[in-house]
Amino acid sequence: MEAVVVKDLIKTYGKEKTVAVDTVSFSVDQGELFGLIGPDGAGKTSIFRMLTTLLLPDSGSASVDGHDIVKDFRQIRSSVGYMPGKFSLYQDLTIEENLHFFATVFGTTIEENYHLIKDIYVQIEPFKNRRAGKLSGGMKQKLALCCALIHKPTTLFLDEPTTGVDPVSRKEFWEMLRRLKEQNITILVSTPYMDEASLCDRIALIQGGKILSIDTPQNIVGAYPDRLLAIKANEMYKLLKTLENHPGILNSYAFGEYAHATLREAHADTHALQAFLRGQGLTGVEVREAKVTIEDSFIKLLH
Amino acid sequence: MKQFLAFVRKEFYHVLRDRRTLLILFGMPIAQILIFGFALTNEVKDSEILVVDYAKDNASQELLTKIGSSRYFNIRQAALSHKEILGTFQKGKIKAVVVFPANFNEDLLHHNKAQIQLITDASDVNTASMITNYLSSIIMDYQNEVNQNLQIPYRITPEVRMLYNPQLKGAHGFVPGVMALVLLLVSVMMTAISIVREKETGTMEILLVSPFKPVLVIFAKAFPYLALSLINVTAILLLSVFVLDLPVKGSVVLLFAESTLFIITCLALGIFISIKTSSQQIAMLISLMGMLLPTMIFSGFLFPIENMPLPLQVISNIVPSKWFYIIVKSIMIKGLGLASLWKETLILFGMTVFLLLVSLKSFKIRLQ
Repeated sequence: MEAVVVKDLIKTYGKEKTVAVDTVSFSVDQGELFGLIGPDGAGKTSIFRMLTTLLLPDSGSASVDGHDIVKDFRQIRSSVGYMPGKFSLYQDLTIEENLHFFATVFGTTIEENYHLIKDIYVQIEPFKNRRAGKLSGGMKQKLALCCALIHKPTTLFLDEPTTGVDPVSRKEFWEMLRRLKEQNITILVSTPYMDEASLCDRIALIQGGKILSIDTPQNIVGAYPDRLLAIKANEMYKLLKTLENHPGILNSYAFGEYAHATLREAHADTHALQAFLRGQGLTGVEVREAKVTIEDSFIKLLH
Repeated sequence: MKQFLAFVRKEFYHVLRDRRTLLILFGMPIAQILIFGFALTNEVKDSEILVVDYAKDNASQELLTKIGSSRYFNIRQAALSHKEILGTFQKGKIKAVVVFPANFNEDLLHHNKAQIQLITDASDVNTASMITNYLSSIIMDYQNEVNQNLQIPYRITPEVRMLYNPQLKGAHGFVPGVMALVLLLVSVMMTAISIVREKETGTMEILLVSPFKPVLVIFAKAFPYLALSLINVTAILLLSVFVLDLPVKGSVVLLFAESTLFIITCLALGIFISIKTSSQQIAMLISLMGMLLPTMIFSGFLFPIENMPLPLQVISNIVPSKWFYIIVKSIMIKGLGLASLWKETLILFGMTVFLLLVSLKSFKIRLQ
């Protein structure tokens, strides 16, 4: 069953009609963990806000749990959970007061749905009398997730939940999402971090308001058409410049401490390339096959 | 109902945990009532008066004792020439000089006509005219006493009675004015900020994606401030009765009921501002500029509305504090009841309903 269906959604802003979301269509299955992956300004937040009925689309349609996002906004508002990108709880209320408030607003109690948030809440419970404004980034996210979950939503919208959170907390956060899936809650999550994409069931790569590709992370990586090399040298800048001008190289870009390069001919000899680079005066040259990541796929799709 | 209570409790937390808000909420009313009550009165108390008595006879001494016994003046005596008198003014301490000419008593008894010179420092016009008024009335008083023994027919003396406020106490006008001002400022500003704050911090985004109703938010936002403002009314009234010696002549219950109505008007106004603006600063500026000045000018508290040009008089009708000021003044000072105030009450009530409806209508259920 499809929990979220989006069809040809378009959203523009202002008098100049700046396009933020450009004819986007996708669907998410019940109980699926679906990721919208893209850089800042790609239109992720706009899509989330339309699906949570906070914004009206210019055209196109969408439904959440079978409810239309324009007509049936009241039903959607009481059944979904939403965690905005910016920390949006009451900073002057304590952890417990925030949770209690949101539980009551949704007409439920903490006790009733405690099993849903238990795993997460026990981690912040020792600080339950601390004001939300005084919490660390990771704890804030955990609290926000608890507040979004306390009414047992059918679908959970998490807009960049891990932005500005340390790597350890990020990892923990994704583990929590995995566990929530077992409760059969549909989760839509957006993130600018490509490494988090592989943790989703399916992802949509999005850029400039357009969806570039939708598939499982494995399929997206598997569909990578070229041979990818990781190349390293002591003189990184010169290496990138040299690769750019090499006729046998289709595309090259910096990737961490390596440069990633795709070859025009799949069976080309890497030793020859290595020798060529040394001949250009580069030292410490290392060339090896690279494992394709979502980020490589994303860059490929952009070209 | 449970939702409503949770919301109200949350609002109370916001107010009680923010020291600045608390300070504005309770510090401002008390400070204002004390400042207006004591410092900013236009009464003339304990003015320094210099007496130059060339006569030094019975009549001048009697008159001097009369002046000196009033609490308005402190008398100092000096025998100065006219030139020296001017010099004393320039030091700025002396507010007025009373000069008795030589032969004052004689002139009075034999010619039935004597002169006293009053010289005042008119660089401060209000004080100067106030002092001459006081002094003239004291002299008039004395004259009447003297005249009792004489037979002078057909004298007409106007007898002035200051109704409701015979001692011309300044606090009389100020307490209702300050009450209108303080309640307006506190109620409008606090509520104006409260909804905008939710927009600014992003909590509105979460609130919108929840089953709550706009009516619920509006009433839940208003409720705590209504309670706190009523505490303010109590504080102002206690101060005015026990510190400023200004009792409430009419019904205290009616006064509280009318205050409640006015507070709700202000809260509705604040909520309206809050819904229409996008940042706390703008909301604060609008409620300060948009409310403080019109209240000062158009409530009749500082400037009499009857003296304004007609267009301004018309404008003054849309200022809620004008009506509240009339109501409080009538209840506190004149002791009037609802029978004579139903019109003003109805106007305030109408404004409240209008503002609440407009707010409810313009409450945005989506972003942007």
